[in-house]
Amino acid sequence: MKVEILVFGRLTELLGQSRFQLENVADTNAVSKVLSNQYPGLQQVNYQIAIDQVVVHGNRPLTNGMTVALMPPFSGG
Amino acid sequence: MDIYGSIDIKGIARYQRQITLKNFGVTGQRKLYKSKVLVIGAGGLGCPILQYLAAAGVGTLGIIDHDTVELNNLHRQILYTVADVGRLKADCAAEKLSQFNPDIEIISYPLALSNQNAPLILSKYDVIIDGSDNFPTRYMVNDACVLLQLPLIYGALSEYEGQVAVFNVADAKGTKANYRDIFPNPPQPGEVLNCAEAGVLGVLPGIIGTMQANEAIKLISGTGEPLINQMLIYNSLNNETYKINITATAEEESQLPLDLDAFLLTDYNWFCGIRTGADDVFEMSPGEFREIMFDDEYAIIDVRESGELPVASFDHIPMPLSELRKHIPPINKNKVVLFCHSGVRSHIAGELLHQAYPDKEFYSLKGGVLRLN
Repeated sequence: MKVEILVFGRLTELLGQSRFQLENVADTNAVSKVLSNQYPGLQQVNYQIAIDQVVVHGNRPLTNGMTVALMPPFSGG
Repeated sequence: MDIYGSIDIKGIARYQRQITLKNFGVTGQRKLYKSKVLVIGAGGLGCPILQYLAAAGVGTLGIIDHDTVELNNLHRQILYTVADVGRLKADCAAEKLSQFNPDIEIISYPLALSNQNAPLILSKYDVIIDGSDNFPTRYMVNDACVLLQLPLIYGALSEYEGQVAVFNVADAKGTKANYRDIFPNPPQPGEVLNCAEAGVLGVLPGIIGTMQANEAIKLISGTGEPLINQMLIYNSLNNETYKINITATAEEESQLPLDLDAFLLTDYNWFCGIRTGADDVFEMSPGEFREIMFDDEYAIIDVRESGELPVASFDHIPMPLSELRKHIPPINKNKVVLFCHSGVRSHIAGELLHQAYPDKEFYSLKGGVLRLN
């Protein structure tokens, strides 16, 4: 099972890319866990998740082909 | 038919190009003229918002900003000139805008918006536009708009990206989403860099602010599809946009203040992790710093992340804030000066270290390395 990951804002810097695929992640918690292991800096960052362009809160199951966006809040003006 | 009663044919000539537009017309122009819009912040976002709304003929424009114009604002805050440095932004913007369009009313509020004055000021307007630059203000403005049932046009930046949304307007199903439905919890101070710390290209606030002005004009005139219950993310490096849909959080799960009384009692700085009052970190001015920078009594610590510029020209110990959050290292001096880019993160680092070493003295270099040169 594969999902597409999109990251925004400072997360792009932290992960070194803005769009990639992730395999074998059953739910959104698994996405956060896998990425935090790979990129420890991610643990310090507050971000929200959208699945297929809908904002979700709490852990959500994922199915093949879904797009998971990780969005940090922006404050600048 | 007259467009707005009090204004003569000059007014029609001024707006002729937009009145000609299908789906806008005289009706749209009249709605704009009758509308009252409050812009929070007359900075990078606020300048283009104000300029386009004044030009388009929004009848009443309010401007809140307590800040003064600085030279490093001018690359993106295009209402101001070199001669305006030091002037209050709200007053300066109001003066310029009334020259652009003398037919509209412009009200300047050169004051800091707080939860104490927000209900009174915001309730005089029909639409609120957030062009602020910090999380406490963003959460406060969001909450006030929800409680006062006012549409909020949100815009925010981070380096090369921007977010735009229309909050608190009912969609076809009657659902109204707000900022907390996307971001229920604020980040901790220092976690998200603002424009002063992270930098920003002048054009980006121009683009995002103009998008906010466009959403305001669409919403007021009833044209097109405003970003209701949606947030658009724009990337200026590759021109990609990404639109997400927001679902309203169930009322019982929402952390919004229940009513205006609760709103007045909410400490938005505290909510966003900013601890003032019981302050254990002393501010050190650049002048004071220059006097002690070669003094062996002091440890001087750079809490910026590795690679941040400019490189400090004096002896210092690198200790990035992200590392300090995970692990507090030993410190062998009793007086410690912390510095970062603009003085925000060094203060946070000071608080962290003071908890670990309550007997040591911690100083934060005011204004950061930016102010040293």
